[in-house]
Amino acid sequence: MAPHDRGGPAEVRMERPAELHSRTHYRRLWKTMVISTSVVALLPLIILTIISYLQYKKTFRMESINPVHNLTATTKHSLEFFLSERLSALTMVINSTPFERLADGDGLAGTLANLAQAFGGFIDLGLIDAQGKQLSYAGPYNLGGRDYSDQEWFHEVGYRDVHISEVFMGYRKYPHFVIAVKQQLEGSDFYVLRATIASERLNQSIMFTNLDPSSDAFLINKHGVIQSPSRFYGAVFEQCPLSLPPLGTDAQVVEENDEAGRPIILGYAPVERSPFILVLVKRSGALMGNWATLRTELFGFVAFSALLILLVIVYGSTYLARQVRDADAKRADIFHKMEYTNKLAAIGRLGAGVAHEINNPLAIISQKAGLMKDIVTMTEEFPKREKFLDLINSILKSVDRCSNITHRLLGFAKHMDVQTEPIHLELLLKEVFGFLEKEAMHRNLNVSFDIADDLPTILSDRGQLQQVFLNILNNAFAAVPDGGDIGIAIYPNGELYEAVDIKDNGSGISEENLKHIFEPFFTTKKGGGTGLGLSITYGIVEKLGGRIYVESEVGVGTKFTVMLPIKREP
Amino acid sequence: MKPMRILVVDDEIEFVTTLVERLELRSIEAEGVTRGSEALQRIAEKPFDIVLLDVKMPGIGGMEVIRKIKQEHPEMHVILLTGHGSAEAVEEARLAGAFEFLMKPVNIDELLRIFRLASSD
Repeated sequence: MAPHDRGGPAEVRMERPAELHSRTHYRRLWKTMVISTSVVALLPLIILTIISYLQYKKTFRMESINPVHNLTATTKHSLEFFLSERLSALTMVINSTPFERLADGDGLAGTLANLAQAFGGFIDLGLIDAQGKQLSYAGPYNLGGRDYSDQEWFHEVGYRDVHISEVFMGYRKYPHFVIAVKQQLEGSDFYVLRATIASERLNQSIMFTNLDPSSDAFLINKHGVIQSPSRFYGAVFEQCPLSLPPLGTDAQVVEENDEAGRPIILGYAPVERSPFILVLVKRSGALMGNWATLRTELFGFVAFSALLILLVIVYGSTYLARQVRDADAKRADIFHKMEYTNKLAAIGRLGAGVAHEINNPLAIISQKAGLMKDIVTMTEEFPKREKFLDLINSILKSVDRCSNITHRLLGFAKHMDVQTEPIHLELLLKEVFGFLEKEAMHRNLNVSFDIADDLPTILSDRGQLQQVFLNILNNAFAAVPDGGDIGIAIYPNGELYEAVDIKDNGSGISEENLKHIFEPFFTTKKGGGTGLGLSITYGIVEKLGGRIYVESEVGVGTKFTVMLPIKREP
Repeated sequence: MKPMRILVVDDEIEFVTTLVERLELRSIEAEGVTRGSEALQRIAEKPFDIVLLDVKMPGIGGMEVIRKIKQEHPEMHVILLTGHGSAEAVEEARLAGAFEFLMKPVNIDELLRIFRLASSD
């Protein structure tokens, strides 16, 4: 490493360089993108929808349901008031008028006149005894002496004291209804005062309610027969086409569709002490629209938007994930090629080291054998000359063969297969150092080994590890001046790892450069290294399941630590 | 062939002595040393026709020795000998003025042929 300018101690951990990930990795990446963007995009939409849904609902209630409810309740009360007023009048008459006066036709006629004047709507009056016989009658019809003993209303008034009938036509040929009250005498004897009231008076108190043209209010009985004129749903005595939900005692409002499928708001309430049920219908205005339609539209819009957003997200994520995968594949490919190139270079260097070591002794053997041949040739009368010449030529031929091998080794370049075998790190480090021993000697470098006792062998790739340590040692050699120190320490790190420290007292690396030290093509070597050595080293260590760290201080030195797993993961 | 004075420089003493002996058997005046510094000293004492020089030696290396020789004695032929040679090393040797760059182990007949080439140069 070339001298560096500044910086302090630092430690660098690198992300693993480009490597092709599995399909599941990109699947997961895609999923993460889809889910996170969907959440970000859809959550506000959903929240907004819920808020507007609630707001709409509230507004809708305010605008349409509440008025209908209030109107239903008010009308129910005014109807009840109307009926109880007439019941009270009748009760007062029966309580305060002597029986004799009521039984007398003229007396009864006077009472009817008073009632009709005070309350209106009274058509006729009849007095009936406990046997159901009409004792007297006042009114426009000739009904005196009629027998009501077999009529249901008569039995009802017998045990309930009062009775309000449904609307009917009867003898009178126009819609009316009957109210009756009972006066108890001694024993089981009693008499009943029965009044007929024109329904018109009842209708008026319903229509008294200010109804807009899209609304309707009318009475029905418990069988759904219309009792008062309806705007939309038929005439009196016709069957009302609307079906009501179960009744309570108070006014209730529901949203419904009428028989023609038109959306309506339906208010309804039983009128107390009578067979009548008040029905109030408001056809939903065009302005407000139907709540159900509105709701459908709102959710339809949200569903459509969500679908559109999801489509865009899925398409975008698929596109992005594919781009990332392609880029990774490209990077991995480039990195693979670089690794290959560097491997060739490293093996070439290794071959060169070996060749040099062997060529020197070969040169000596060659010269010694040559000298022997010279002596045999030049000495006259040499005993067994031919035999000796044969032997010497054989040695020289072998030397030639050896030199052929070493010369070939210098151009040696072969792709190494990854193989796992038991490796003793101390022996491996010493072996690698052997290649550089001569340089260490020439430059008077002080190389020290600090090996922990009883180091177990590790399972790893010999060739790759040689390359790793040769690279690091080469860097250390380049960093130290002649006479510098290089320390190699091997020690166990936990139960799973063995660590190798390679420390030099060289120029050190600045913090800035330390960040880039494992990046491909990063070099500080003057004259230009390839910038691949440490990048490849890093890649190999990672591939072997290990970790590489570097600490450095400018002017103090650099320490590389390689952690290797004792057992290789499959 | 005119008489030649040859200096063999190599850190392997066995190589030096044997080669010197073989050259002398062929009536070539040869001397051997094992250090670059020693070689420069011998050359300073008396000139040689040809110097056979190992590239990699402890102390002053072959490349430095050849540069010093060529400074003082540009006419002196220097043949470099090495255990391994790269293209860069060959180029460096040429630039330094080496007559030839040979790979170890070298055959004596090849060596003599180059000596003759050098002396007739």
